[in-house]
Amino acid sequence: MSTSHVTGSHTTISSGGLPSRRNTELAMLGFAVLIPVFAYANVGLAINGELPAGMLAYGLGLGLLAGIAHLVVRKFAPYADPLMLPIATLLNGLGLVFIWRLDQSRRLKLLNEGAAAPNQLMWSALGIALFLAVLVFLKDHRVLQRYTYISMVVALILLILPMFFPAVYGAKIWITIGGMSIQPGEFAKIIIAVFFAGYLMVKRDALALASRRFLGLYLPRGRDLGPILMIWALSLLILIFETDLGTSLLFFGLFVVMLYVATERTSWILFGLTLAVVGAVAVASFEPHVQGRVQDWLDPFHVVRETGNPNQPAQALWAFGAGGILGTGLGQGHSDLIQFAVKSDYIFATVGEELGLTGVMAFVLLYGLLIERGIRTALAARDPFGKLLAVGLSSAFAIQVFVVAGGVMALIPLTGMTMPFLAQGGSSVIANWALVAILLKISDTARRPAPAPAPSPDAEMTQVVRS
Amino acid sequence: MSELTLTVMRLGFLAVLWLFVIVTVQVIRSDLFGTRVTQRATRRDESRRPPQPRQAPQPAAGRGGGRRRGAPTKLVVTEGSLTGTTVALQGQTITLGRAHDSTIVLDDDYASSRHARIYPDRDGQWIVEDLGSTNGTYLDRTRLTTPTPIPPGAPIRIGKTVIELRK
Repeated sequence: MSTSHVTGSHTTISSGGLPSRRNTELAMLGFAVLIPVFAYANVGLAINGELPAGMLAYGLGLGLLAGIAHLVVRKFAPYADPLMLPIATLLNGLGLVFIWRLDQSRRLKLLNEGAAAPNQLMWSALGIALFLAVLVFLKDHRVLQRYTYISMVVALILLILPMFFPAVYGAKIWITIGGMSIQPGEFAKIIIAVFFAGYLMVKRDALALASRRFLGLYLPRGRDLGPILMIWALSLLILIFETDLGTSLLFFGLFVVMLYVATERTSWILFGLTLAVVGAVAVASFEPHVQGRVQDWLDPFHVVRETGNPNQPAQALWAFGAGGILGTGLGQGHSDLIQFAVKSDYIFATVGEELGLTGVMAFVLLYGLLIERGIRTALAARDPFGKLLAVGLSSAFAIQVFVVAGGVMALIPLTGMTMPFLAQGGSSVIANWALVAILLKISDTARRPAPAPAPSPDAEMTQVVRS
Repeated sequence: MSELTLTVMRLGFLAVLWLFVIVTVQVIRSDLFGTRVTQRATRRDESRRPPQPRQAPQPAAGRGGGRRRGAPTKLVVTEGSLTGTTVALQGQTITLGRAHDSTIVLDDDYASSRHARIYPDRDGQWIVEDLGSTNGTYLDRTRLTTPTPIPPGAPIRIGKTVIELRK
């Protein structure tokens, strides 16, 4: 990857820069479509003893969507990162297989859980459509910078709206419009990353430099603490009024990460962690819904001991345990015992049971690689807004994966969020496709080779004179 | 369905999943070789450096007279955040700037994205040229306006970064 080299007797800086790597992406995409088809066949053989009827249609459908996405990337973001699209396609495809696999479960059918895979396929197609729309219509990510404060207002509205809708399963994170349920938090995470990026780009010098040194820490001035306290208060309000741990953690975590990246001051992280712990403990002390979650986390089996009937966290842990190292095989687990929410919040338990530790690690690595590509994009981006936005979007994704996977595995209290791309949920899959599209667009700008500097006539003349 | 088939499929699927992860990591590997800056252990690294692109004439062949005796062999960053970084001089153009594909990526608010370049002329004399930067490139105390030969040991200042050519 030589970027500067000598040609002929004159020295030039090559404009070649990075190769576009679109063919790598195409090959990886082909691979990413084949794996879910294999999984689909495997589930069919394991459950019904025959190849599923829709296998060809399913493979062609996923391949077609991926192919269209690839062509549009080729046209509108030719220098974009070659790995994000294949990884997202693979995760989405495998998510569809897992949901379809759970649809086949007799136990869930008895509970009147309708088939979710067709809907999820429709949402995925819509998600890819939004992905394409972002690639086509967002000419340059810097345009988003103009909407810094509009995004703040929109994000606030999206976060506050669910308060006025009835709680579903203990958390108010849905809004219902004409029979359709939407989780506005999923979209808010993208919009709020735009606001943080725009805001911190302007304010970062004030936040980083105007501070006093105390005990080796840079203490920010009182008035600079305003924004972080405001976001903290907001996330506490979400926690109290919507009783939603996940959204609250996501927004506060996102803000602290972006604040740290923008100012390079460790003290913000310490402040953030302190505030988060204080807030969480305070809310957990009086909010029964949160208390219940914390108790399930500290002692997942207390319900089993008290009533003899296992609850969801216990079933999820048993599912992981039953999976062992290599898993029971696709379609051969009993994670449907988790019953309700197994296709959404608890889908990672199915992965853990049927693919085992090996499969879980592969999934975690896939998420990690997608996040790494996002952070790498931030490193390569040339404008501060793009850098901050890329960091924000990838850390929102990372925090979400951590919060869900950690919750299902009882590492942290469980929160009602969805595993990106994998879990059932229209809002989630659509929002995450849009998120990947924005990252791709930033990486296209970042990796696009810069135009060669104008040849200076002076150089030739001085050489002639001097020699 | 026979137990054996299912077991083979189960292990096969895990293998394919991991193969995807490994292939992905292979694709990423190229990131590690983005810029070619050698750190400190210059001598050792010189032998490990990838060969120059084929179209690059060797300094001895293309430049009449070969490398001059006493010509500088390395570029050293003496001040700024990259202090201590050295780059071996092997007849290649060295670009400096904030752009990530520069040979030396300057993390400096006063540097432009394509700030300056240092290259050998036909006689093997190293020349520094400002590429129209906003805040200028200084050789000793004078701001560069034209490509200028670098005297041995003269500091070149870009923002907070100072570099020197050494033998």
